[in-house]
Amino acid sequence: MLNELAKNGLRFLLLVLAQVLIVKNIDLGRFINPFLYVLFILLLPFETPGWLVMIVSFFLGLIIDMFYDTMGMHAAACVFMAFCRPSVLRLFSPREGYDFGTQPTIQYLGLPWFLSYAGILVFLHHLLLFYIEIFRFSEFFSTFFRILLSSIFTMLLVVITQFLFYRKKEEK
Amino acid sequence: MRNLILFIWKNNFFVLFLLLELLCTYLIVMNNGFQRARFISSSNAVSGSVLETYSEVEEYFNLRYTNQLLAMENARLRSMSIASFADLSSGNIVVKDSIHKQQYSYIPAKVVNNSTNRRNNYLTLNKGYKQGIREEMAVISGTGIVGIVKNVSENFCSVMSILHKDVKVNCKVKKEGSFGPLFWEGNDYQFATFTDIPTHVRLLKGDTIVTNSYSPTFPENILAGTVESFTIKSGESFYTVKVRLSTDFRKVDYVYIVNNILKDEQVKLEAASQTDKDK
Repeated sequence: MLNELAKNGLRFLLLVLAQVLIVKNIDLGRFINPFLYVLFILLLPFETPGWLVMIVSFFLGLIIDMFYDTMGMHAAACVFMAFCRPSVLRLFSPREGYDFGTQPTIQYLGLPWFLSYAGILVFLHHLLLFYIEIFRFSEFFSTFFRILLSSIFTMLLVVITQFLFYRKKEEK
Repeated sequence: MRNLILFIWKNNFFVLFLLLELLCTYLIVMNNGFQRARFISSSNAVSGSVLETYSEVEEYFNLRYTNQLLAMENARLRSMSIASFADLSSGNIVVKDSIHKQQYSYIPAKVVNNSTNRRNNYLTLNKGYKQGIREEMAVISGTGIVGIVKNVSENFCSVMSILHKDVKVNCKVKKEGSFGPLFWEGNDYQFATFTDIPTHVRLLKGDTIVTNSYSPTFPENILAGTVESFTIKSGESFYTVKVRLSTDFRKVDYVYIVNNILKDEQVKLEAASQTDKDK
């Protein structure tokens, strides 16, 4: 339990640093703004209570907001994402439910499961984030295009990160 | 009450979600200028339109009184206007003051000839050598800078307007202080070009451009115009600003010639340091 806490704390720190020091500086044009840090919310253990996920997500978003000068926007998107997480998990759960001790990663549940689980949540996060940022309807479709492209890139980063750090670990 | 608490307890996940999102909304609206402006203006749109309709109706009942007030004011202004007075002086006004040394005196003049459609445009004014006009004095109007005196005869002088290829006026962004030359590129008589503004300056359309204190000709803070648009030319590291001139050269009628009483002193001093440097 303590080990799990330390692992998630470290992941929190590393992902925030990676987001604001590296990913923030990746310039892929006006339509692509990936947000790798949501991986933290995706990887929280199944057993984490919903309210805890939501509060941690809120602070995660708030810290990112501080670096992006967008007070509250990332926090709102992250809280929304945390709110949707249990429903999405239920939607894709195996027939017998998730085994105790497994984690929502590619290693445990396979690439197709992870892609659909993470894809939906990342898309929801970006959807809220970009529309809050634009805050008007006049650029509805170009913003939607931005959301789609950014989600794809975020997913790409998320999957790459997973393969980088969890490769061949705990073979079952 | 018990039921309410029970309800909240049952739906604690959703209630927490709502609370956090409300907190986020509060943060967003308080801390982000754009969202705040949109939020306040849209919530004001409703109350604003109601109040506007109300005041439009109310205005009707006051029309008679408003008309009376306006007529009285017109009469008062008419009796104060220049046209009601005979001109007795040469118009040269000098103030004696022992604390402040007067640096600029203004001589009013009337434009008797003018052009705006050539590459180099001149104005002719009805004051000359006899009235104290000398070469290189600045000319301004009530609305902004006009030009620089070029030639002086006994009773007239000719003025290179800003719309002249040899006139460059040192100006600055009023709110911030960055300076550069303002000159005319020869296209539209309403617009001049203002360069050398570093790109870290936050320019906005409508920003005021005024003369700065470095020129011995123009007094400081005389209006030149407002920012119309600005670009960074490729390969340059500063803005090129298109400035809408505040003076309408098609309509300019009465102007003031500015006599800088301390100009000789300044020019001599600067020339002396210049020769020192050259040695």
